[in-house]
Amino acid sequence: MRALTLKLLRDVKALRGPAIATGLVVAAGLSVFVMSMGTLGSLRATRDGWYLSQHFADVFVRLERAPLARAARLAEVPGVAAVEPRVVAGGRLEVPGLPDPAVGWLVSLPAAGETALNRVHVRQGRLPQPGVPGEVLVGEAFAQANRLGPGSVLEAVVEGREQALRVVGVGLSPEFIYSIQPGQMLPDDRRFGVLWMARDELARLCGLVGAFNDACLRLAPGASLPQACADVDRILARHGGHGAHGRDQQASHQYLDGEIEQLRGMALVAPLVFLGVAAFLLHVALARLVGTQREQLATLKAFGYRDGEVARHCLGLAVVLVLPGVLLGLAVGAWRGAELTATYARFFRFPEYVHRVGPDVVLLGVGACALAAVVGTLGAVRRVVRMAPAEALQPEAPLRYRHGWMRTLGLAWLAGPVGRMVLRHMARRPVRTLLSGLGIALATALLVMGGFVQDVLDLVMDEAFVRGQCQDLSLALVEAAPGVQASLASLPGVRQAEVVRSVAVRLENGTRSQRVGLQGREPSSELTPLRDEAGRPLVLPRHGLVLSRPLARALGVRAGDRVHVACLEGERREGPWTVAAVSLEHAGLSAYAHREALAAWLGEQGLASGALLAVDRARLAEVEARLREAPRVGAIVVRRAALEAFSATVAENLGRMRTMNVLFASILAVGVVYNAARVSLAERSRDLATLRILGYTRGEISTVLLGELAVLVLLALPLGLVLGRGLSALVVSFFETEAYQFPLVITPPTYAWAAVVTVGASLLAGLVVRRRLDRLDLVAVLKARE
Amino acid sequence: MFRTRGLTKAYRRGEVETRALNGVDLDLWPGELVVLLGPSGSGKSTLLNILGGLDVPTSGSVHYRDHDLCAASADELTRYRREHVGFVFQFYNLVPSLTARENVALVTDIAEHPMPADEALARVGLAERADHFPAQLSGGEQQRVAIARAIAKRPDVLLCDEPTGALDAHTGVRVLEALAHANRTLGTTTVLITHNAVIGSMADRVVSLSDGRIASERRNATRAEPYSLAW
Repeated sequence: MRALTLKLLRDVKALRGPAIATGLVVAAGLSVFVMSMGTLGSLRATRDGWYLSQHFADVFVRLERAPLARAARLAEVPGVAAVEPRVVAGGRLEVPGLPDPAVGWLVSLPAAGETALNRVHVRQGRLPQPGVPGEVLVGEAFAQANRLGPGSVLEAVVEGREQALRVVGVGLSPEFIYSIQPGQMLPDDRRFGVLWMARDELARLCGLVGAFNDACLRLAPGASLPQACADVDRILARHGGHGAHGRDQQASHQYLDGEIEQLRGMALVAPLVFLGVAAFLLHVALARLVGTQREQLATLKAFGYRDGEVARHCLGLAVVLVLPGVLLGLAVGAWRGAELTATYARFFRFPEYVHRVGPDVVLLGVGACALAAVVGTLGAVRRVVRMAPAEALQPEAPLRYRHGWMRTLGLAWLAGPVGRMVLRHMARRPVRTLLSGLGIALATALLVMGGFVQDVLDLVMDEAFVRGQCQDLSLALVEAAPGVQASLASLPGVRQAEVVRSVAVRLENGTRSQRVGLQGREPSSELTPLRDEAGRPLVLPRHGLVLSRPLARALGVRAGDRVHVACLEGERREGPWTVAAVSLEHAGLSAYAHREALAAWLGEQGLASGALLAVDRARLAEVEARLREAPRVGAIVVRRAALEAFSATVAENLGRMRTMNVLFASILAVGVVYNAARVSLAERSRDLATLRILGYTRGEISTVLLGELAVLVLLALPLGLVLGRGLSALVVSFFETEAYQFPLVITPPTYAWAAVVTVGASLLAGLVVRRRLDRLDLVAVLKARE
Repeated sequence: MFRTRGLTKAYRRGEVETRALNGVDLDLWPGELVVLLGPSGSGKSTLLNILGGLDVPTSGSVHYRDHDLCAASADELTRYRREHVGFVFQFYNLVPSLTARENVALVTDIAEHPMPADEALARVGLAERADHFPAQLSGGEQQRVAIARAIAKRPDVLLCDEPTGALDAHTGVRVLEALAHANRTLGTTTVLITHNAVIGSMADRVVSLSDGRIASERRNATRAEPYSLAW
């Protein structure tokens, strides 16, 4: 081995403390990157493969009723490759062992020999047989949550008709990867399920024999989606078409896509922070090494080593310092990524999934680390190259210090000699002090960001479930009906009943359009009060619409603007409405109107399609039982159950994220503080030993070393809190999807927590280095020249 | 004031044992100025380090007044240095981030009955340079700051390790004058290590060391003034 290589290896050994600190920071950043990007790629590949193998449709359309023969016309639309006419219906399910009724979504299966889109993958049992009444295949999520399997029996109320259903199989479909009940925020597999039935059977149940009320289409490659949708809408206009749409508005795909794209935010922000800090740590470690090896490197140059060789030597050192971190980062990233992909695959119920970290991800990640190493090393290498050997062989001139601003301000008496040593040493190398401070601040910022996610969810939950929704039960009717309010209010145990008229509409503003349920409500609902953007109670005006904030954003409208409203039900009324106000909601695309205004527009009177009930706690079960017997009641949602389901899902995900966040942020803080302490110790061991000889105790000289770190941390903390707010704002923008728009709220406990963890990590790093003070060689210091 | 008997210090480096001191018996009296003379490796620095509480002997005894320095713990040695000993080093060991006055204040801050930092600087003729940083001072000036720092606590003993070793003759003489002045006016027992025999004539007593033993010892009838020395 060449002598220079040997020297390199031994230098690394001497630098193992900083090497570990830098390596861990690199590993943390790279692992987040590899994990997120790997999972992102794997999920996309898994999803696309699953879509392809199951013939996931490109166009979806709901309609009132059309004869099956009409489907042939759809197949003739230019660009359409395949059509599957279907029957779909919502229903109420009584599931054995479940206290509340569940909501079922029934979907027809094509007869043998017909084109099948959104194919169902049978996991257990078999497909329902045509001609056998009541046979269903159940979605796996619902089946597992309720312990259903072939042989289980469910009582259903579909379109007001009771029907016993017998489970013959369990399956999965690309159409319901994310099976979420319309109007809910997260899946609740116990209370919402998809069931497939042979088409003839379901058609008979729904009174749609020889007809269909839903269609899926597959487009040929290169076909225009908007054109196809327009053609389909034209054909189905007479049949009550609700408006065709692409995958982008298909609920499951929309949520899945949002979830996958959120990973990208995670994949970029955190690794950038970590690699930036790693570059700085390398810079500090190597600058120090070059400082201490000045004479050695000069000797090498004096012996005739070329600048390039000496520079390569320094770069080699950087590579060796970074390499273990890179390998660790790749390994941990791949491992955590596989775990995360598996978690997602389970969550989305992909029947099979692949996890692979593509060469592009590895190259990009390793490239970024290499860049960080080179950038970090550049300064030190430049110093080596510029060094004239003769000059470098001389000891370095003592550092020049200056009187600081404290003296200028007449405040010098505030700090004793030790305090002044600390402050002047920091002021002597302002850039390094600044970067060290920035590194610690970034650690604090990451902690703020981690806590902020919890704060936002607390707020959204509070808004949605505590302040926003005061009803105990909400229910949907099979069909809009009159006199609902009176009959519900007369039920014993019901304290308050508010009815809602909900119709499917398409809201348009120029080229932007959204399909939503427009809710006609009492002007000031006590059960689900609305608030305006300033947080004040909002009363629905006699004229105009109120849109939720995400919907207003999606349409690009503000209060006072006009939108075109096209009703997708009944007589298909269309017309302009004014946006009267925007309501303060952070999740969900919702539109509201005064109940009477909507009724007048629809040309109907006193109809309701759903209701919200406040019920005496003690009689909740009784009221539920009564409602279950009412055939016109389609679905019942119990608020307590919805809240529990939401909390359980969120708590699990957050707990895992938070642990990682604290671990990585601590690594960052420890890395930076440890490095700062080591450099300080190296530069000042002579001063510190001198103080020891002069009679200072170990505790007193620790003040010099730890005092500097304390000042650094104190200066970095406020900056970190501010940066944390900035990073959180960035995350908000990354995580924003059409349906969610998170507010930027950070509570004082989150800031306090970030500060406490930073200080704790810094203290730990400081104490590790402090132990080295006890081993200072006092005698050697006397002999060494500066 | 100091009494050493059979003082031995051995260093083991791998297989080889080196004896830096080999049975040194030495007494130092209050107010004396003693020059320890000897070539490199004769053990004089080791002896000084042991007297100053920076190192402990392998065998033998060292007493400072009624303190047994061999039996002292690390903390007791720190207290001993803090209360009784002033050090002057060959390479000054000033803290570069502190001014001359502040370097002296490092000691006056922790001493029991120190003199004001400015007085200590005036005693070595540097009252005017009190606000200068080490990098703004010449080598001789830096060493005189180091002496001011050592005497500011009114130590019982001043231990100087080659204080002129890094200086030219002219500057060295000024440093020796500062030391002699402190010894005379404060009555501080002063031990001065050097390999420069000329300096011996300013001492009350000259102890020559060779191979870790005391080779000879002589007492000067009169102490020469430092300005009369030349080398």
